Amino acid sequence: MSVTREEVAKIASLARIRMEAGELERMVPELNNILNWVEQLGEVDTSAVEPMTAVIPNTLRLRDDVVDADPRTGGGRRADVLANAPAAEHGFFGVPKVIE
Amino acid sequence: MTELTNLGVKAIRDGVATGDFTAREVAESFNAAVAEAAELNAFIVTTPDHALAAADAVDAKRAKGEQLGRMAGVPIGMKDLFATRGVQTTAASHILEGFVPEYESTVSQKLWDAGCGMLGKLNLDQFAMGSSNETSYFGNVSSPWRKAGTNAAMSPGGSSGGSSAAIAARIAPAATGTDTGGSIRQPAAFTGITGIKPTYGRCSRWGVVAFASSLDQAGPMARSVEDCAIMLGAMAGFDPKDATSLDLPVPDWEAALSADLKGKRIGIPREYRMEGTDAEIQESWEQGKAWLRDAGAEIVDVSLPHTKYALPAYYIIAPAEASSNLARYDGVRYGLRDLPEGANLQDMYAATRAAGFGDEVKRRVLIGTYVLSAGFYDAYYTQAQKVRTLVAQDFERAWGSCDLILAPTTPTASFPLGSLNEDPLTMYLNDVFAVPASLAGLPAMSVPAGLNADGLPLGLQLVGKPFDEQSVLDAGLAIQQCSGFDAAPQRWW
Repeated sequence: MSVTREEVAKIASLARIRMEAGELERMVPELNNILNWVEQLGEVDTSAVEPMTAVIPNTLRLRDDVVDADPRTGGGRRADVLANAPAAEHGFFGVPKVIE
Repeated sequence: MTELTNLGVKAIRDGVATGDFTAREVAESFNAAVAEAAELNAFIVTTPDHALAAADAVDAKRAKGEQLGRMAGVPIGMKDLFATRGVQTTAASHILEGFVPEYESTVSQKLWDAGCGMLGKLNLDQFAMGSSNETSYFGNVSSPWRKAGTNAAMSPGGSSGGSSAAIAARIAPAATGTDTGGSIRQPAAFTGITGIKPTYGRCSRWGVVAFASSLDQAGPMARSVEDCAIMLGAMAGFDPKDATSLDLPVPDWEAALSADLKGKRIGIPREYRMEGTDAEIQESWEQGKAWLRDAGAEIVDVSLPHTKYALPAYYIIAPAEASSNLARYDGVRYGLRDLPEGANLQDMYAATRAAGFGDEVKRRVLIGTYVLSAGFYDAYYTQAQKVRTLVAQDFERAWGSCDLILAPTTPTASFPLGSLNEDPLTMYLNDVFAVPASLAGLPAMSVPAGLNADGLPLGLQLVGKPFDEQSVLDAGLAIQQCSGFDAAPQRWW
């Protein structure tokens, strides 16, 4: 399977990465090289195999249902959360106007 | 005092504890060595004050007769993938340039608690995506090693190339690394140092910039097996903030180290005899077998039939996870924002990510987006996850006839910076021996085997059963003792 320039443009748009014409041109053969190479996985008979979901057997834990159980990941840290925001306004993340 | 920089973790810790020198003297020596080695470009930022403050705290504790931590007085380098409170954390990307975390990663916090100080944040391939340290936004890292008779800048490996270069150059006694598909082991092999990726889940991923979460695992890099055992002990342990953290006691790997391998069976996977592998690498593999036999082990042939499919499966799974993980870089919550005149929210995302990600990162995000997209998901992603199961089953079957696996770490020695850039695929092939253990979540280590005819280091890799870091370290120690490897690069910086 190989991808066309239009398909790469579509993927880039899905991935929210702006790409100029020249960059798209360069990406097409690079992606096709990689895709052609991974294609060999099709040779492997996997009809009797489950896809891996956890590499080391583990069970998901539940924590106690307590507010702010860990102060580092709990609430009440607005200033810390906003400290690295490119545009923090009035205690919120600022973004360009979304609703007219 | 310059000779202090020749000491490793154990020698520094023990020397500080007995009072042969102070932690401050050690920190000052390494700070000076770091400052003189700017040409290597191993550090993105240096933090000499952090190293000094930690050292002073250790010296004060000792003066009061208090018990010292297991790495007290050891200044280390921190790969710039670990969030460090108050110190810029970039993952070597433009999109995170200027990001100063309000929190500390679990692993780095454990190291500070053990008495380490930080020399600085180490350069790496951008978002840990690369095998040569040429994808960093902050420039290539140069290996301190050079090919005999040339002055060409060589690759320190990747992605933990700042870590490997700093340790080999003796400007840091040890450093953190992370390994997704070989990023600890391959740079260790390229620079003549030792590095171990423990079992998936041993070290918390909390506060580590995510690349491929089902594969990412932190580990220590240093100049000896003993030093790695000490540092791994300080880094590992259960963390409720990481859902995949192993809730198991951390063994005292240092105390249990033994180079006596009597009763151990070492498997030699026949599928690792690949075309394109250097003759000198093959020879070092043979030498490794002889060393382990001398240490009392029995050598047996094993088969890992799906080896050739591990790398292509990795290059679907890792980009898929990366495309998902890197969706968080949106120019809203932290990091770079590029807001062209009149742009809407979607334009802002696309402009920010175009400006903030390097070429290799974009390539992998696009591949990941493609293989996860409707219509292709089963053919690519599900198939790769099934192949991953088969790769893991190969190892499980092999453990029926052996306790450890010995293989080369890389198919070649280090190469000149810029020499493999024309095709991303040739670069990917560098991790062909490293990736299978990553897909199976197994502990794996690289130890130096010797120098090739060009005077460049070669590494040998040991892969163990899940949770059996001890056997990996023990066999590594046997190789270390047999090889007597103590070569250091000639200083040119």
